[in-house]
Amino acid sequence: MSTRTSFSLVAGLAILILLPFTQSNYGVFVLSSWMVYSIAAMGLNLTLGYAGQVSLAQASFMGIGAYTTALMTMAGIPWPLAMLAAMVLCFVIGLLLGYPALRVQHHFLAFVTLAFNALVVLVLRNEEWLTGGTYGVVGIPRPEILGLPTQKPLAFYFFVLALFMLTAAALYGIIRSPWGRAFRALRENPIRANSLGVDIRKTTLLAFAIGSACGGLAGGLVAQLTQFIDPNSFGLTISLKVLLMVIVGGAGFFFGPILGALLIVLAPEFLRFTEGYYLMLYAALVIVLMVFCPSGLLGLVERARTALKLRQNPNATTWEAGR
Amino acid sequence: MPDLPFLGTFSMNTFFQLFVSGLATGSIYALAAIGFTLLWQASQTINFAQGEFIMLPAFFVLAGTQFLGLSFPVAMAIALVLSVLLLGLGFKRVIIDPLLPHGVLPIVIATIALGILAKESVKQFYTAEAQPFPALFSDRTLNILGAAISVQDIAVLLIALGAVALLQLFLNGTKIGRCMQATAQNPQVAEILGVPVRRMILFTFLINAALAFLASVLISPIYLAKFSNGETLGLIAFIAAIVGGFNQIRGALAGGLLIGVVDNLAAAYISASYRSAVPLILLIIIILVRPQGLLGKAEGRTV
Repeated sequence: MSTRTSFSLVAGLAILILLPFTQSNYGVFVLSSWMVYSIAAMGLNLTLGYAGQVSLAQASFMGIGAYTTALMTMAGIPWPLAMLAAMVLCFVIGLLLGYPALRVQHHFLAFVTLAFNALVVLVLRNEEWLTGGTYGVVGIPRPEILGLPTQKPLAFYFFVLALFMLTAAALYGIIRSPWGRAFRALRENPIRANSLGVDIRKTTLLAFAIGSACGGLAGGLVAQLTQFIDPNSFGLTISLKVLLMVIVGGAGFFFGPILGALLIVLAPEFLRFTEGYYLMLYAALVIVLMVFCPSGLLGLVERARTALKLRQNPNATTWEAGR
Repeated sequence: MPDLPFLGTFSMNTFFQLFVSGLATGSIYALAAIGFTLLWQASQTINFAQGEFIMLPAFFVLAGTQFLGLSFPVAMAIALVLSVLLLGLGFKRVIIDPLLPHGVLPIVIATIALGILAKESVKQFYTAEAQPFPALFSDRTLNILGAAISVQDIAVLLIALGAVALLQLFLNGTKIGRCMQATAQNPQVAEILGVPVRRMILFTFLINAALAFLASVLISPIYLAKFSNGETLGLIAFIAAIVGGFNQIRGALAGGLLIGVVDNLAAAYISASYRSAVPLILLIIIILVRPQGLLGKAEGRTV
């Protein structure tokens, strides 16, 4: 890691620590939900950006995580156990769902996950004895850490920040590991990666399961953040929203989903004046972005940087300029 | 467990009625699934807006009759042209052509966004309420072997199956149709043999739009025209295409009919609240047991 990168990381962290003090309670809430969605989007980026498979079920994993965390903590089980259980459950369901879907070619995972998300919402809505049906679950407690309550927005913000940093660090480690490199190779050229000894299915499946576990964690945090969950909070539209975060920011870039989540969580705040036209505008913007820059905003930045370097040193190859 | 209605009141006539009306809606699903399959074959386009493509033409017709005061047949004709131009030509030129070189993923995202755009536009500029759509046929029922079968169901089934048969005839019996098949099978070789590949792909998009129009005017009298109709229709079209076999028209037809019947029977005999889960579970089972689909052929490589 160069000095410049580590300097920007420290500066970024300092901003994240100081920023909430300048915000109202609502501002702190928006920032917290940005980080929660970033966790879900980073998990999806593992599946989508690095392993190259489309998943439309991130919201259902968030739902499973949220209901698991909420119901277990409300039954008196300590929150670290509940959240761990949520993540493990999502990991296992990810394995079970991904295994059949990844057996077949094309983008079948997209369809299976689409169907799965619809199924989860149906179960959450119909099994009232467990999930409260359409009324949802109310009054989810926020965690208490070493006797310190996080009931206040600011305290909970720092709890989310800590988990956000932990997840980011863990995912960074995974992507840098030999195994992470293997599944990047797999996205670039699956046949070649396969002939070099990468087990395509196993690698992709694990990436999907880890991504799902991140969804579970994010869901648990959503439950604690809003303290109210219902089936609609985890519908297909939310899955699409998380997918958009990854794509808009730049799939396959480490900071892509974080940037994407920031834009998409903040977009309703900025576009509030458009009222009913909001979703239309939003969809049109996504189409325009896809047509002109399919690799997302960070892809745009990288393209500009490469072009600039080429201009400064016209003799450099694209490969050198891209370094 | 709720009581099992078929133990007490099962009647062959009701079953037959449900079966036929399932076939009728299933044949409409098949139209959507076939268009979906054609697009995939010709240009590796997964159209996530397929459901909205079926929702829209009905609103073109309604807009024609209500705002422009056109008569129903004229409005239908204009809506057909509009659908082919907008959902066929426009869709290909504006969205698919620039995105195709970048692989499948950007197309998936762009068509999802297109679906949202279409849905929200209808909601904003037309209405959020479900609109009645004029029935093309009388809603009389015929008494066949003691079962009350509606004329509409039979007409829908005949028209949809007729359209599929015509399409098959066109693909197998005409020069253009054969060129389209060649393009779907292997564009490079087709190009070498002198097939105008780009034009053939365009034809596929136009046919998909026409099929969507037909599906739209057939289904809207049954389920009413509503901006959100595309959500279920699109999902069911995908499921039908995969269940039948992703790379075949026959498969999409069988998949559509199967889903229509299973969905209808499940709603009556299993559980109304889990009705929409049945096609989803069918999808997951098929992918587990027979990933190439019921009528599909397995393709060699899985990468």
